[in-house]
Amino acid sequence: MTATTITDATLAEQGTSLWQDAWRRLRKNRLALFGLAVLSTFIVIALVTPWIAPYAYDAQNLDLGASPPSAEHWLGTDIFGRDLLTQIMFGGRISLAVGFVATAVALVIGVTWGAVAGYMGGRVDAVMMRLVDILYALPFMIFIVLLMVVFGRNLLLLFLAIGAVEWLTMARIMRGQVQSLRQQEFVEAAISLGLSPATIVRRHLVPNALGPIIVYTTLTIPSVMLLEAFLSFLGLGVQPPATSWGLLISYGAETMEEYPWLLIFPGAALTLTLFSLNFLGDGLRDALDVRGSGD
Amino acid sequence: MWRFIAGRLLQAIPVILAVITVTFFLVRVAPGGPFDSEKAVIPEVKAALEAQYRLDLPLGQQYLAYLADLAKGELGPSFKYPGRSVNELIAAGLPATAELGAYALLVAVVLGGLAGVIASLKPNSAQDYIPMSVAMIGICMPTFLLGPLLVLLFGIHLEWLPVAGWGDMPGDKILPSLTLGAAYAAYTARLSRAGMLEVMSQDYIRTARAKGLPEWQVVTRHALRGGLIPVVAFLGPAFAGLLAGSFVVETIFQIPGLGRFYVQAAFNRDYTMILGTTVFLSTLIVLFNLLSDVLAAWLNPRLRAQFGEA
Amino acid sequence: MNPVFSLSARVFLACTLVACSTGESNVGQGNREGVFHVGNGSEPQGLDPHVVTGVPESKIIDTLFEGLTRKNPWTLEPEPGAAASWEFSEDLRVITFYMQPEGRWSNGDPVTAHDFVWSWRRALDPAMGNLYAYMLYPVENAEAYATGKLSDPEQVGVRALDDMTLQVTLNAPTPYFLQLMDHYSSYAVHRATIERFGKSTDRFTQWTRVGNIVTNGPFQLKEWQLNRRIAVERNPHYWDADVLRLNGVVFYPTENIVSEERMFRVHQLHYTGDVPLNKIPAYRKLPNTPFVEAPFLGTYFYLLNTERPPLDDVLVRRALSLAVDREAVTRNVLYGSNNPAYSITPPGTLGYQPPQLFSYDPAEARRLLAEAGYPEGAGWPGLELIYNTSESHRKIAVALQQMWKDVLNIEVTLSNQEWKVYLDSVSEMNFQIARRGWIGDYVDPNNFLDMYISGGGNNNTGFSDPVYDDLILQQAPRAATEEERFALFYEAETRLMEQMPIIPIYTYASKHLVHPSVRGLPPNLMDFINVKYIYLDDVPLTEIELE
Repeated sequence: MTATTITDATLAEQGTSLWQDAWRRLRKNRLALFGLAVLSTFIVIALVTPWIAPYAYDAQNLDLGASPPSAEHWLGTDIFGRDLLTQIMFGGRISLAVGFVATAVALVIGVTWGAVAGYMGGRVDAVMMRLVDILYALPFMIFIVLLMVVFGRNLLLLFLAIGAVEWLTMARIMRGQVQSLRQQEFVEAAISLGLSPATIVRRHLVPNALGPIIVYTTLTIPSVMLLEAFLSFLGLGVQPPATSWGLLISYGAETMEEYPWLLIFPGAALTLTLFSLNFLGDGLRDALDVRGSGD
Repeated sequence: MWRFIAGRLLQAIPVILAVITVTFFLVRVAPGGPFDSEKAVIPEVKAALEAQYRLDLPLGQQYLAYLADLAKGELGPSFKYPGRSVNELIAAGLPATAELGAYALLVAVVLGGLAGVIASLKPNSAQDYIPMSVAMIGICMPTFLLGPLLVLLFGIHLEWLPVAGWGDMPGDKILPSLTLGAAYAAYTARLSRAGMLEVMSQDYIRTARAKGLPEWQVVTRHALRGGLIPVVAFLGPAFAGLLAGSFVVETIFQIPGLGRFYVQAAFNRDYTMILGTTVFLSTLIVLFNLLSDVLAAWLNPRLRAQFGEA
Repeated sequence: MNPVFSLSARVFLACTLVACSTGESNVGQGNREGVFHVGNGSEPQGLDPHVVTGVPESKIIDTLFEGLTRKNPWTLEPEPGAAASWEFSEDLRVITFYMQPEGRWSNGDPVTAHDFVWSWRRALDPAMGNLYAYMLYPVENAEAYATGKLSDPEQVGVRALDDMTLQVTLNAPTPYFLQLMDHYSSYAVHRATIERFGKSTDRFTQWTRVGNIVTNGPFQLKEWQLNRRIAVERNPHYWDADVLRLNGVVFYPTENIVSEERMFRVHQLHYTGDVPLNKIPAYRKLPNTPFVEAPFLGTYFYLLNTERPPLDDVLVRRALSLAVDREAVTRNVLYGSNNPAYSITPPGTLGYQPPQLFSYDPAEARRLLAEAGYPEGAGWPGLELIYNTSESHRKIAVALQQMWKDVLNIEVTLSNQEWKVYLDSVSEMNFQIARRGWIGDYVDPNNFLDMYISGGGNNNTGFSDPVYDDLILQQAPRAATEEERFALFYEAETRLMEQMPIIPIYTYASKHLVHPSVRGLPPNLMDFINVKYIYLDDVPLTEIELE
């Protein structure tokens, strides 16, 4: 009963008003705003880093070596005597780009794939999901090594490789959601109203499955940032002296006993990003949750 | 239900065959061969080695011969470890990895699931923020970082637990299980919280509440089922993925597991070992994805009805 | 009931259950029982001396098997092994080995000259696919047989005159030949055992398993758990069993050297195969430090592809080399454990002193680059440096990249490659600059210099100089005295370093953590362990507190 009313309401509304509504609700959520503010700040810093970084990112001072935070180097220096703050600023450019772009790729492919498979059901579903199984099982490392050999090394490829891996779980989650939503009254009502499958998927299934998808997305971004470091070790990804948060953290982990600041500060940058993403994600989820708004 | 399972098992055959075929050719196209080493290999020696491993045959024949062996259940001799068959290596590594994986999963489901459900009951309160913050730190904390941190704390400074080993000393299984489980626990916490919140706003929960059921019964009898669907969808492939994921933990803690074989096989270009572990892994993935789909169906009454009709 | 709480509760519970005792440490127990616990790098590929290659394998095989000689760990001079004595013929081409009268296999069979004849033929058999077959190439007709040009193994220059006398004929006098006699490629294997489990050249047999394997060394195989440990115990039939003071050795496949260091710190290991770079300063500061370092017979260098511009110009190659401040690299990146290298042969190899033609000279480097047509880096086409993924390779590459930028104002991009991809790039010469290391198989300049003969399998630079080839291949082996021979090597190496197809960076150092209870384990140039001399003192275990 409630569901049908809402469906009617959503049908009547234009997409824009749904988003306007969501934005109005999001603005009331202080944590979400905090997340948004932090992320925006990071992105702005990343954009202007080449002009505001305190040092050149590759300027070494071998005799200085690793030094703890000081007046000259606010966050200390690494074993080459390079300024850590500068490294984190430049690393953020790579990590944020990889995180957002690769996740977006995974999101688009995964959500579409999962929604179509879940909605169509039957054979289409079986074939699509078995393809996902096959991709899960392929030896990832060999795949990456080959990608590198065939296409050479570039950042675009890195995004694609990561996106190509991360969409699989996304597709499974989306499919599960759509499958369970499809059986519900408001979707059945939409079908009986004669709406096209594409419209139903876009208007009803995707928005209603957004909760877990948003959460999984916010989880994917940091894991993608760390995966990037692993790919760099295989030869794909950024090469020194360029760096990323994932690389800084893995280097820092090796010297955590000797030079803890090399782990703490890049780790803090990643953690802060993740927290902000989660606050924003939860806020968005609540804001978009039409049914939950009454609570 | 049974028809569904049987159907999926039937579908598994082409899936695994496809995985084998793609992998078989993929590894042979990858640069570097199993016998390349830092010092130049004399051509005659290389030829002799290739002959011993059938690498001198045309690709097509190698492929068919491999399938024929596979049909007999033989995964072939390892390139890296002469005198060992891939079957033997997998059998040697599996017990430790399976045990580690099971403990990690336990940590993930119990700690993560509990944290997520508790957090979802009072969203945007301390009861929500504290477990979720811990979970987020868990996600940020890759195993290669968490493992050494736990070792430094409990192994070196407190001297409570061994720093490495598996079944060699009392308590040496605790740190690896926690390390591997933590990442999954963090995901489980986040996903179950989201799933629960999603479900709690559904009509049937309102109905249940309207019927006057106590809140804990609403949660355990009704909400939990639906709320855990995303977790189940995640854990299916995640458990199969533990095999690859346990590599880092196995290396940090010197655990004689399959993860080390799986990852090193790729680095060594140990063709038969890559294929063997991949066949094994793909079987696991198919099975666990099936299991997670069945579980999801069982958790979702509407889908269950659908299976009943089929 | 948040996860942190339940987590610590779980740990606490677990701790109470096991009374928080982690049992007696390996070192404590080992000291009492005479068992030496060794961190050994990785799981050995196998234990067949003619099949495997690699350092972890050799450490285990050296305890199980014994060649004709065994090196003294202090002097590296050959001492009697399976052979009790030996003599050279007048022309130094024929060596007669007299077998140990009491030499026994671990099943009690006598070790005879026939065992060595059969084993060397097996090691050289082309069907064997033995990667180290070339170690026996100084033996007459060995190379021809191993490469299939000669099918009759009888013609290989190794014969049993009787059960106890082995005669080896060489192609030419080979000053380092006795050194090869304790390399595992020249070890004897037990024929009856191998034939019981399959063909002699079969790589897939089970003859090396516990219960099957028969060996002639001081120890025999007791336990072999994949990726967990390999344990050896005394061989009761060993001819020199009386001098042994260890009762056993346990090898651990410690792939992760950071974990290995932690195992050492909690007394789980007596000896580590390596030490993480970052831990070196802290260990050095310890009183009575367990950190042991010594020069090691190897050189770390960069290969320059002389067939690709701009490295086809010797001026550019020399400019790059002169711009490298090796002192700064070894001091700051490697924590002073290694010496800067200015030649391919490590200084002091058997008394040979290589030429040093250059040193760090930024002004001269700039001048050379300008002369080559890139003044102040103008018009520089760019260069790519490849290295296989590793922390220390990366650090050195990053440091050099910046030195080249600072001194020469040129860009060099770095590119790390996965191990097998890197090997492929190097052997196909698909690179401009590539990181490389060479560790000597035996102590002789020849082992380093014969890499750069024209078309040599390990040349990988395109360097080709007929005069060099003549010096190494023709003149040096015929030199009358060692002095003359070293003079020829010096001349050849001077030609090599003038052309600079490689940029030497540092000479290797062996680095280990050794528990104070371990005795009779001196550091040496070959990083060689002779288990016969090792014993364990029951010293009290003291806590290792870093920093």
